[in-house]
Amino acid sequence: MLRRLLLAACAAALPTISAAPAAAQGTLRIGMTAADIPLTHGQPDQGFEGNRFTGIPLYDGLTQWDLSSAERPSVVLPALATEWSVDANDRTRWTFRLRRDVRFHDGSPFNAEAVVWNVRKVLDREAAHFDPRQVGLTASRMPTLRRAEVIDEFTVALITSEPDSLLPINLTNLFMASPTHWAAMRAAQPSAEAAWNAFAANPSGTGPFRVTRFVPRERLEMARNDNYWGTKAKLDRVILLPIPEANARTAALLSNQVDWIEAPAPDSVPQMRSRNMVITQNLQPHVWPWQPCFTAGNPMTDVRVRRALNLAIDREGLRTLLGGFMVPAQGTVAPGHPWWGNPSFQIRTDRAEARRLLAEAGYGPQRPLTLKVQISASGSGQMQPLPMNEFLQQDLRQVGINIEFDVVEWNTLFANWRNGCAHASARGAHMTNVSFAAMDPFFAMVRFWDSKMAAPVSNNWGGFNSPRFDAMVAEARNSFEPAARDAALARLHAAGVEEALFIWIAHDVSPRAMNPRVRGYVQPQSWFVDLRLPFIQ
Amino acid sequence: MLFYLIRRLIYAVPIALAVGFVCFMLVQIAPGDPINAIVPPDAPQDVVDQVRRDYGLDKPLPVQFGIWLLKVVQGDLGRSLATGRPVWSDLQSAIGNTLTLAASASLLGFMLGCVLGGLAGTFRGSILDRAAVTIAVAGVSVPHYWLGMVLVVIFSVQLNMLPAMGAGPGGSADWAWDWEHMQHLVLPSITLAVIPMGIVTRTVRGIVAEIMNQEFVVALRGKGLTGWGVFLHVVKNAAPNVLAVLGLQLGYLMGGSILVETVFSWPGTGLLLNSAIFQRDLPVLQGTILVLSLFFVALNLLVDLVQTALDPRIKRA
Repeated sequence: MLRRLLLAACAAALPTISAAPAAAQGTLRIGMTAADIPLTHGQPDQGFEGNRFTGIPLYDGLTQWDLSSAERPSVVLPALATEWSVDANDRTRWTFRLRRDVRFHDGSPFNAEAVVWNVRKVLDREAAHFDPRQVGLTASRMPTLRRAEVIDEFTVALITSEPDSLLPINLTNLFMASPTHWAAMRAAQPSAEAAWNAFAANPSGTGPFRVTRFVPRERLEMARNDNYWGTKAKLDRVILLPIPEANARTAALLSNQVDWIEAPAPDSVPQMRSRNMVITQNLQPHVWPWQPCFTAGNPMTDVRVRRALNLAIDREGLRTLLGGFMVPAQGTVAPGHPWWGNPSFQIRTDRAEARRLLAEAGYGPQRPLTLKVQISASGSGQMQPLPMNEFLQQDLRQVGINIEFDVVEWNTLFANWRNGCAHASARGAHMTNVSFAAMDPFFAMVRFWDSKMAAPVSNNWGGFNSPRFDAMVAEARNSFEPAARDAALARLHAAGVEEALFIWIAHDVSPRAMNPRVRGYVQPQSWFVDLRLPFIQ
Repeated sequence: MLFYLIRRLIYAVPIALAVGFVCFMLVQIAPGDPINAIVPPDAPQDVVDQVRRDYGLDKPLPVQFGIWLLKVVQGDLGRSLATGRPVWSDLQSAIGNTLTLAASASLLGFMLGCVLGGLAGTFRGSILDRAAVTIAVAGVSVPHYWLGMVLVVIFSVQLNMLPAMGAGPGGSADWAWDWEHMQHLVLPSITLAVIPMGIVTRTVRGIVAEIMNQEFVVALRGKGLTGWGVFLHVVKNAAPNVLAVLGLQLGYLMGGSILVETVFSWPGTGLLLNSAIFQRDLPVLQGTILVLSLFFVALNLLVDLVQTALDPRIKRA
């Protein structure tokens, strides 16, 4: 009672120092997890949070993700390109037809020259506007693209290093910046690097929002682009605020300093619900796995052991531990996804079957199996690695598997991922625990199961080498009809699940919390959101 | 005094070099790869190698250090690996914000510390003394990031009286000394002031109590001086030692508090360091640590000089 009286007295005594006035109608204030504003020059950093907030709202690619539905998997749609095809005689040459009614925020027209200019900014080291900083953020996500050629004002040819049906998916990562606006910046700056910095402070894309104010490290203000070629945004303005600390984000939402926060602190969710905040979540193309090592003599080379591990885990129990903020993983993609493939081995909890498989593989009470997993204590996309891994450790003990952890710093775990499990940095680990995005086929499957992707080339950490899988990857890359490509990818995924090439554990659900005034929001099955949809009521 | 000043400035050169070397090497031996600030961790190796060459990160460490030092002595702290912006431009605004916060926290902490310590030292053994000591011990014992969170929960979340984060409704770029902006300063200042308040209270209490027991105070009283007159003499005698402690505390506050600035999303040097650490942004880390270290050295020098000016008995030459 005394406390209440004291609080009431404080509240009554200080009426003049109330918090900031409510934001104007149509202004959405977002608290991001990033510690800085993601790069605004057209190729954002800060992982997919960058693409979500300073990529897609400000820029467009030739293709885009469908972010309109919470129910169906997000697929690739036309964006600045209306249609595309691959040359029947030369399958490394693609033709993209461009939208004709598009202008950049600075008023200059979007055309084939602009596409070539944007490809050259990351792939042509001789180009005056080449920017090494954007290479790492872009080239890695479209590994086979080599160059672009103008065919006519609204038709462009893209050339790849090898036949690659995945190119239209990869192109969602190449955002179109304005060459005219960059040239104006360059005229006033001493170098191309300085011009890109000036461009980042005052960017020009074709997206549904344009930048109106940029305070480095503190805020980015965007206004609706009323000349947008597609469906226009409902919001007048969006303000992005970097708030890296989860409790600070929660407090900012509850004290009405922001309307929407990314990744609320899990233990604050009941309090937010009690204050009528809306918590949203949906299945993400994200995988939280244990990735096995396939070196000779390693117990993980035995498919029975890998299957036993997959069957021994109580994923529903893990979901309870996480307050419901995960989806149990049955593969890299979920059932219903075009690449699911209906594998004959069903990932579920079946400890009796797990024990049987282990016994068949020669493990049991007389010969217990001890496995070492390299994990991190935290990290982007890693969800809550320590409690989750300890839960798995307890689970697996029930079927006679002893799990030991080698806990390393997050960036070290990443660096080790590239080194491969035969490298000294793995320190004898049988598995590694690096979560990953699974939006496109290369990042979801190819880099793990193609023998050419073995460390240090890419993330085939385990050194998995199978001519059958190599052939399936090649088939997917060479299937240029979308339906045939998806069917090939589905066969690849089903085979991967049947061989239990991962210990699939969880998919993240990307929880967000928002003020009930935010309406119209759709959380798609994607890392991204469409900021054209929400509005403030 | 002039020779002393010149000598101290000369001493500062090897200190600066040593600081530069240590901060360069410390961030190099920290786990993780700075290339992660520029390329996604799942990028193919050829892209990683190319970017590493572009940024000169493939060169031997002594060469990298030499290049960095050469630029630093020309006033160029380099560019952020993550953003491409000049380190100095980000650092300038961050230092300004940290100075604003440190100044208000110092004012609060030092004033409270001097008042509480002075009272406790003057009335040693009294209830006032015990209360002041309790507050001081609590001040240095409470983790300030925890206190920050509690203050946010009470004054921002529950009472909705003060903002929970940020440096003003439009960010620090349009900072003004009006209530709309200054209310953003209240909670972080209180949080940051607690530790120096505790330390200064205990220091001032000890010094004042010691001076009060000295014979000259008895003599002053014997001469007929009472209350205020004695107090002024005590203050003058306590000032050099108290000033040394205040200088050190001010140095710590100027360095920014990573935890407090992160809790309140205050865009100062602490938050800058936090983000640079997580992004392995080596130029930002090296530049920030170097400038803050030099700032600390300069502040110590300033305190020494002021001490000498206040108390001629302190011989520096």
